[in-house]
This record gives sequence, C-alpha cells and structure tokens, in this order.
Amino acid sequence: MKIVVCAKQIPDPNTPYTLNPETHFIDRPAEQVLDDTDRYGVEVALQIGEKAAGEVVVVSMGPSGGMRGIRQALAMGADRAIVVDDPALRGSGALVTAKVLAAAIRSEEPDLVIAGTESTDGYAGVVPQQLAELLGLPALTYARRVEYGGGTIRIERMTTVGYDIVEAELPVLVTVTSGVAEPRYPSFKGIMAANTKRIDQPLCADLHLSAGQVGIDGSAQKIIEVRDAPERQAGRLVVDEGEAHLEIVSLLEQAKVI
Amino acid sequence: MLVWVFAEEIEGAPSSISLEMLTKARELGDDTAAFYLGAGSPAAFAALGAHGASIVYHLDPGDALAAAPAAVAIAELAAEHHPDLILFGLTFTDRDVAGRLSARLDVPVLSNAVDLAAKGDEIHVVNEILGGAELVATTFLGRKPWIAVVRAKSFVAEAGAAVDPDVVDVPMPDVASTAKVLERHTEVSEGPRLEDAAVVVSAGRGMGNADKLEPLIELARILGAAVGSTRAVVDAGWLPYSTQVGQTGTTVRPSVYLAFGLSGAMQHLVGMKDSGTIIAVNKDEEAPIFAIADLGVVGDVHAVLPRLLSALRHRS
Repeated sequence: MKIVVCAKQIPDPNTPYTLNPETHFIDRPAEQVLDDTDRYGVEVALQIGEKAAGEVVVVSMGPSGGMRGIRQALAMGADRAIVVDDPALRGSGALVTAKVLAAAIRSEEPDLVIAGTESTDGYAGVVPQQLAELLGLPALTYARRVEYGGGTIRIERMTTVGYDIVEAELPVLVTVTSGVAEPRYPSFKGIMAANTKRIDQPLCADLHLSAGQVGIDGSAQKIIEVRDAPERQAGRLVVDEGEAHLEIVSLLEQAKVI
Repeated sequence: MLVWVFAEEIEGAPSSISLEMLTKARELGDDTAAFYLGAGSPAAFAALGAHGASIVYHLDPGDALAAAPAAVAIAELAAEHHPDLILFGLTFTDRDVAGRLSARLDVPVLSNAVDLAAKGDEIHVVNEILGGAELVATTFLGRKPWIAVVRAKSFVAEAGAAVDPDVVDVPMPDVASTAKVLERHTEVSEGPRLEDAAVVVSAGRGMGNADKLEPLIELARILGAAVGSTRAVVDAGWLPYSTQVGQTGTTVRPSVYLAFGLSGAMQHLVGMKDSGTIIAVNKDEEAPIFAIADLGVVGDVHAVLPRLLSALRHRS
C-alpha cells in the first residue's frame, strides 16, 4: 500500500506574516514550519501505513527553505518526501496548486491520498477536492474519524447537522480535520532519521507543466487592491478586583439578552 | 450577468448561506438561478424563488455521496446555459462541489469571499487577511463560469419580489465511484445552533482544561447561548469541531459574544469580529481580543465566571 500525504510549510503562525506591498504575496521567511493541520494527516497516514505495511510519502508545493516543516513530517515517521519548489510557481492559485500536486502524485500511483481540509495560511479550502477530481478519485472529506480495513476506508464525515458514515474502496482521497487523531511527537531517533530521508525536488518542467500553466499566468486571477479594513474600536478595559462581573451583567442588560 | 447559486438542502430547506448568496446575486446579476441539492419540496423551491431564483435546477442525490455527481451535473448545465458566476458557501458540501467543479471546468475558484462587487464586466471578490485587518480584492481573468466561495453571514438574506421559479429536475449523472453513504446522523445539541445563536459563549485555551469548562457551559445554558471555542481548544479535544469559531470553523455574528480565556488569534477573530457586543475575560492584558472587545476584563476566568453565574442566578 502506498499512501501520499499532502503537507504544506507555512510561516510560523506565532509570528504574524506580512504581505509584500508590491506583489501582495505573503513574504515567506526562509524557515517555515509544518502547518499544524497537516500533523493530523501525517498521523492518520502513519497509522494506516503501520497497519497495512505501507509506504508514506509526503508531497508538498511551495518555497522549501531549509525544509524544516518537511523534516518535521519525516521525523514523525513518513518515509520520504517530494517537494515542488520552483520560482515559476509564485502566485499560483488553488487550482494550479492542485494541478502541481496532482502531477507530482500521479506517478506515485498511490492507493490513498490524505490531506488536511485547508491550510492555515491560504485556507481556500478547495485544493483537496480539486486534487481528487484531477486524480479521478472519490473524496471522503472532513473526516473526524478514519478507519481502514480490507481495502476500504470508512470515515465519519462532518456535516452541517452532525456526521455521516461514508466509505469508499481504495484508491481514494481523504481529508481530515484536526482532532481526527492525536499527532505523535517525533522521537529523538525519528528526528535523527529525518535528516537522511530522501527528498525529491522536481521542477515544473519535470512534471510536464509549462510556465504558462502555473504561477500568476496560469492562475487566471488578479489582485486588484489591498486596503485596510474598517477598524473596530476597543472599548473599556477593566482589571478585575472582585466586581468586574457586575460590569458584564450590566452590558448584557444593555444588549437586552437578559 | 447570469449568476447561479448552489443551495444544499439542510433539514428540508435551503441552507441559510444559499439564501444569503441569492440575495446578493439579485444585486450582481440580471438573472439568477439556484442549483438545489437534496430531496426537494414545494416550500424549499418557493424559498429559493422568494430570494430571487427564477429557475431551480434540482438534483436529488439519494444516498450517494453527492459532491462528485453534483459537480458533473453543474458542469453539464453550465455548458448549456453559460452562467457567468457560480456562488458556493464556505460549508462542507459546497466546498466539495466547488472544488470538483473548478477542476472539471478548468476555471479558478476564489474562496473566503466576504463581499462581491460587480465592476463593469468584472466581479471583484473581497476577502480578509491578517485576521480581518486588511481586505484584498481579487478579480477573475479568463474563462467563465467564475466560481466564488462565500463566507457565511457576509450578506443578510432578504426575500424580494416573490418569484415562482421553474423547477427543472436534473437526472442523477452516472459517476463511477465506490463512495457510499452508509448512515446519516443528526447531532442534537442543547440550546441554539452556533451559527444562529443570539449569544455565544466561547472557551479559549486559558480555560485550563476540559474539566474546567462546566461553569462556562452553565453560563451558556442560563443565557440561552451556544457554546463556541477556538482551534486550540478543539485540537486539545476539549470540545468538538462543531463548536469552533474562526477561519476554519463557523462564522458567527451574534448580538453578544463572550470570550473566556481566549487570546484572540487572527484565525479566530475573522470568525467573530462582527459580533454586536464583544465581552472578553483574559488574564493577559496584552491579549489581542481586548483590541476589539467592548468590555475587556483583565482577570482570572475561574474567579469571574462563578461570580457572574451567581449574579445572573440572583437576578432571575
């Protein structure tokens, strides 16, 4: 069984990112981290991989920097990685991202593709579904629980009113929500091993994607303007000395909710 | 401009986001149609008509996992009728269909829209970045239909002149897929649904641990409020994902939003900053939530909450 898990390196969420004023793209620090969301995907991939004696391959697109985020996924236990980092990709929209991932994944012929539901920095929230369509796979989405057995994946799919139990036979794409599993912390051994694991770095040309199909030119969308949002004014700040709850009660009365 | 709106059936009626989008679509285009995914009923179609749909394309997916066949059906209809713009909500099924449709038609999706504006022949899609501090307007280039995914509560649903829509039953496309829906579960939570609640009481990581949430849940009960949470709380497993407010969770716009032990990470703020009155209690006076709170209380949530509960009980 071969499992591909999609993962993304993003700027550390604890240090707010900035936009380049000219390009309007995110100014990415050289050192990025693994999107926290993707730790859940990696964990599910590893659990199924352990059960089915499978290989787990991390596939990622974006500026690779020092590969810190990718090494985090490898340190958790993924076997190897494919990272597509090509200057031509700058400014790629969601569909181009999906096309690049699809091109990198297709030749792996995976039985199972796992992704988070959306990245923390871009959060378009449609890339996995685009990927499923491009790969011709059924998509079991928004899993809060994933089970594998006998060539079938069964998930609890979150819905607006609760959840559905949904299943499909391999090959299939699954998107997981945070909370689906408890991501493991890399062991010391895992961290050491990650440094020697294979990372392939194909360029767009290697994936048979031309410059016109990717990046700004291939994305068919254009940023018109970036402007400051109307600011909400801060109100009163009080330090609680045993009476602050009365202020809350009074504001609830004013708002007529009590 | 011909605008289509995707409408998923939720408990027998069009999703609330679909009616919000139809209301906006009336302003953007000169003709509006809805694609309704669900069993369907005269009342559901009438609601779509009242909000501006002159045609309702109706697909009943039965027990199939609906996204793939819905995308095929919309793609076929779009090839025939040439909509300029197709709107989806930022909900589970809407996103599934929007993503598939985009890849199938090879047209981009602009997601997370909080506003849409027609500028000449262009549609500008506005979304928020940096926790809502900045707005980015993006336009589509190239082939149509353009696809946008809209955040809930970006527009207020209002019925217009009642239209009796033509209902077109769309046959279920033959999609080769092994995916099956085996069971459907409705989870009934106590109190109002998060997205509809007039009052939301949210827990942040500063609540300490799952065992310390009881006073907060009791407060929600007393106020008839929905319980909300942050990503950190959901990741820690204290509350289910269905309670998560923010960029990746639910967008809320209640009359009153009470935040306890919640610092106000950017990804949380985009989901609640448009609440009427915001009240926040946090021990860190530098917490970003205080910058948008009408009342900020610097203090220990475990001291303030019991006193607040007791004061509210004595009132009634």
